[in-house]
Amino acid sequence: MTKTMTDVVCPFCGTLCDDLEVSLSDDGKQILEVYNACVIGTEKFLHSQAKDRVTRPRMRQEDGSWKEVSYDEAVEYTAKILANAKKPLMYGWSSTNCEAQSVGHEIAEMCGACVDNTAAVCHGTTLIAVQDIGIPSCTLGEIKNRADRIIFWGCNPAHAHPRHMSRYSIYPRGFFTGKGHKSRKIVVVDPRVTDTASLADIHLQVEQGRDYELLNALRVALNNEWLPDVVAGIPQEKIREVAEVCKSGRFGIIFFGMGVTQSLSKNHNIDEAIALTKHLNEFTKFSIMPMRGHYNVTGSGEVLAWQFGFPYSVDLSRGFARYNPGDTSTIDLLLRGEVDAMLTIASDPGAHFPISAVKQIAKIPSVAIDPHLTPTTGVSKLHVPVAFVGVEVGGNAYRMDNVPIDTRKVVDPPAGMLTDEEFLTKVRDRVKQLKGVK
Amino acid sequence: MANKISLNLISGRTIQQGVCIESGKEKPSYRTACGIIEMDPSDLRKMGAWKNTNVKVTSEFGSVIVKAVETTQGPHPGVGFIPMGPWANSVISPNTYSTGMPTFKGVPVTVEVAINEPILLGIELVQKQCGVKVG
Ligand code: SF4
Repeated sequence: MTKTMTDVVCPFCGTLCDDLEVSLSDDGKQILEVYNACVIGTEKFLHSQAKDRVTRPRMRQEDGSWKEVSYDEAVEYTAKILANAKKPLMYGWSSTNCEAQSVGHEIAEMCGACVDNTAAVCHGTTLIAVQDIGIPSCTLGEIKNRADRIIFWGCNPAHAHPRHMSRYSIYPRGFFTGKGHKSRKIVVVDPRVTDTASLADIHLQVEQGRDYELLNALRVALNNEWLPDVVAGIPQEKIREVAEVCKSGRFGIIFFGMGVTQSLSKNHNIDEAIALTKHLNEFTKFSIMPMRGHYNVTGSGEVLAWQFGFPYSVDLSRGFARYNPGDTSTIDLLLRGEVDAMLTIASDPGAHFPISAVKQIAKIPSVAIDPHLTPTTGVSKLHVPVAFVGVEVGGNAYRMDNVPIDTRKVVDPPAGMLTDEEFLTKVRDRVKQLKGVK
Repeated sequence: MANKISLNLISGRTIQQGVCIESGKEKPSYRTACGIIEMDPSDLRKMGAWKNTNVKVTSEFGSVIVKAVETTQGPHPGVGFIPMGPWANSVISPNTYSTGMPTFKGVPVTVEVAINEPILLGIELVQKQCGVKVG
């Protein structure tokens, strides 16, 4: 008889759905079906079982081919390149558990490394804005139960967080939102008519890159002051209508994404979005929340912040923690050619960094710790495959609203494979020997 | 007549991108999902190309061959969309303006028909640009 495991947590996006059900073969070794997940989550569980998976570390040879090596050899190479480097970079962390992150930080401290997570290319500018002016936020549970005004600004959950809308933001019936979708007004701000925009009551098709002006115009409209006829491509009547919709709600929330964090005004867009939220609180209750991408990028920020005081782009090369985006941030470090060894874990900068930064990774000693084959493993000297966190090993992760959730182990990894935490622990112990740390 | 046209490029997630990064970035399905530029039908007409034509996208930072497809999330005349991945990142702006964040959205590009040029697989595209020897 097949077994069904309930309350499984999906380790893909920041929605961190915790209601999955997975049916397993009699011996508990094979995942047969995944229920309740979206297509991406389902694919993650099912593909982890692929027959062609790489299960042992591989080192790139002179002629470009891979040679299989043991985990011990992989530990030795990794420990040596980090211990010998002047300014090693340890990047990623967003698709692994907090336990592995913490071990990684011990290594970073001993080696004087720069530590950064995928916020570098995602919500890093949000973190800068939060440090500038603070953030009035809440949990997704509060949104489900209370929010009747939902704004999606520069984010497209229909594609990036597929179950966010059904679990929390548009459709669910909550304590004070008993009519579900009908209890809520949805506003989407996006330069494209996205699949999320097509679900909205109002879509503001802002001119790309002019979000700051529109956010600012909404604040002017809240005060009933003068506006030009058109701002950022939106007629002023429409802007005033949205301001009224927001004011008339009991509890509103702005969810925002890469549309504002990655376009030209960057952290200033977020400053203004937070200022708008603060302003709206003069009329009603409003909150704001970044739509975090990787399932545990939030956790990486938390662990870094409680250990070193800063949530990303931490530079330990002087023996104490420094934080100065633009200087200590990964893209800038790579583009300036300052990094002389790189460890990538639980992320894929090869695919998601500008190509000029990836070229630098290809030039230096590098290790990529990842269950998959990726463009990063394709340019790294050593590839260390590991168990899938949230599928083959449990561990702690933080949802986009900073709520920690323990992920669950569903099946065993292929025989002999290490987890991120186990591999990093071996590297840490070897680095201790190399550095003569007691 | 085929023309070179100018667009404002943005990149971002799609659900197909999400599925394909889990099902294997070494596979052709990743290229099918992300080695594309979603364009408004009016821009395809301006370029003088049918949908599903290979095109060359060029910015001040590089160029890449992708398939021009008709957008399903439009209209958005003047805006081109390449799903996040190595194809988009071959042309987006690495400038962080001291924020640490590259400019993934809002990059001026030109697009022109390149019917005979191949669209590379994801890992291959990155390895080639980085000069990695593959055995
Ligand atoms: S919405 Fe996100 S966390 Fe939920 S099942 Fe889909 S990918 Fe997984």
